[in-house]
Amino acid sequence: MMGHSNCHDLLTSLSDYIDGELDSALCMELEQHLKECKNCRIVVDTLKKTVELYQHEDESQTLPEDVRTRLFYRLNLRDFLK
Amino acid sequence: MNEINLTSDTISLDLLKNGDRAEFAKLVEAYSGQIYKLALRILENQRDAEDVLQETFLKAYRSIANFEGRSSLATWLYRIATNEALMIVRKRKPELSLEIEGQDDHEDAIVTPYHFTDWRFLPEKELQSSEAKQHMDQAVQRLPASLRAVFLLRDVEGLSVKETAEVLRISEGAVKTRLLRARLRLREDLSEYFGKALTENAG
Repeated sequence: MMGHSNCHDLLTSLSDYIDGELDSALCMELEQHLKECKNCRIVVDTLKKTVELYQHEDESQTLPEDVRTRLFYRLNLRDFLK
Repeated sequence: MNEINLTSDTISLDLLKNGDRAEFAKLVEAYSGQIYKLALRILENQRDAEDVLQETFLKAYRSIANFEGRSSLATWLYRIATNEALMIVRKRKPELSLEIEGQDDHEDAIVTPYHFTDWRFLPEKELQSSEAKQHMDQAVQRLPASLRAVFLLRDVEGLSVKETAEVLRISEGAVKTRLLRARLRLREDLSEYFGKALTENAG
């Protein structure tokens, strides 16, 4: 993808790599490549950061009160509304 | 996902199957927040998300007797909700339905990276600003629905690859391929956005 012939081949392994699911042979190959290729390092690092930002974008799981009330009414569960 | 499993331990499937309303109310209480949030993230529209939420539990109530327990209750509810939400996506843009259905999972469709800015060390307050979050949500909306669903279930809701595959009824390989494509697209989007912030900071 960026100057080296094997950059694009390694691209398909990146998701497994950042999830820690890449098999060890490919993992070594990728890490060797990352030592030599700055752009690929940036892609891996920012890909990881991208996923982290979304994982931590932790909004409250609480249902808005009006939505919750309408849901319980729709399901004929109004007796159970606390 | 741990949180979901813990909650489901306290819900009796036998009681649910017997039509116990109090038990069903417990199920609704336990999962409605997650289901609503997922629908909202797929659809970016509160009214549509509320429709999905109500339909999901109506369908769950009608079909709980047929639930075989091969997946967890959470996965089962996610499946109903995701199907409902994707149906609304298709109704909104029927001209895109071919794109959604016909997307191949071949790796050639991967976006080749072209932003090489290392923006990871921007101050947290910039990475977490409300403007940044809004941009991140819009970036997810720009993904094709098939990629969006995989990304939201796997990376935002925290389902495993196997669970995501069960929810969407696609192979685990397809989940992985779509996930990679979604993540790479989002990385490009965020790199462009945060890269600008980096340039502005430097200037």
